[in-house]
Amino acid sequence: MVPISYYIILSAILFTIGALGVLVRRNALIIFMSVELMLNAANLAFVAFSRAREIANGKPLFDGQIFVFFVIAVAAAEVAVGLALIVEIFKSKRSIDVDQISSLKG
Amino acid sequence: MTLDLIFFLILSLIAVATALGMLLSRNAVYSALFLVLNFVTVAVFYLLLGAPFIAMAQITVYAGAIMVLFLFVIMLLGAEALPATQVLPWQKYLAGGLAAVLAVEATFIFLTRARPAGEITPPDASINTITNIRELGDMLFTKYLLPFEVTSILLLVAMVGAIVLIRKEKRVH
Repeated sequence: MVPISYYIILSAILFTIGALGVLVRRNALIIFMSVELMLNAANLAFVAFSRAREIANGKPLFDGQIFVFFVIAVAAAEVAVGLALIVEIFKSKRSIDVDQISSLKG
Repeated sequence: MTLDLIFFLILSLIAVATALGMLLSRNAVYSALFLVLNFVTVAVFYLLLGAPFIAMAQITVYAGAIMVLFLFVIMLLGAEALPATQVLPWQKYLAGGLAAVLAVEATFIFLTRARPAGEITPPDASINTITNIRELGDMLFTKYLLPFEVTSILLLVAMVGAIVLIRKEKRVH
């Protein structure tokens, strides 16, 4: 018996660590990984709320899980495009330090 | 203190520790490996929450495909570690303070507004997970058919976009 609020608190902590990574790190790849961590934290909250409603209703419910499935698919698409962009930036700038990517024109 | 709670506490400790490891590692490869461990831990949480399909999707898509792509790019670019140059020295402390505020605020809002009441029990061991997955698939192709199709188009666009971005441009002058 785990109170559902514990899951929500864990999700908030993971989300905060992801946000901190986006703010603090300068390596574009690690910023990207932090975004993935934030998506993951949101997914955990989705599934936890879904399970809580399942228990309250007494029958299986899948809406929350299907949302998580969509989030995973969108994250995969995002990673494909984002990493292609990072590779392309590295080719022209020789660096993926976000402090050095300050000009719009390559 | 029940066994569930002990499991939950150990797993959440691992999840938070690996997330912090991802944040603090100097080497991007270590960061990626910590993140894989974090994703696997979250997959175990999904199993505890009675979502076996999502747990497997998490492992194959996140820990498998996405992180392998990350590692591949890190090693391709040789971008394991950046030179330590600090443009804004106060940025780290400001970000830490703001993140602490965000954590407290988010937790407070979640607990007061969403009012997550009740306890989570793991699913009954006698429940057949295959029927669960079948029902999930049914729902995906009936109630959520339109979002499903939109997602497939999104994936196609992402694939084409990645290829177009990476492709060598023929200079036309």
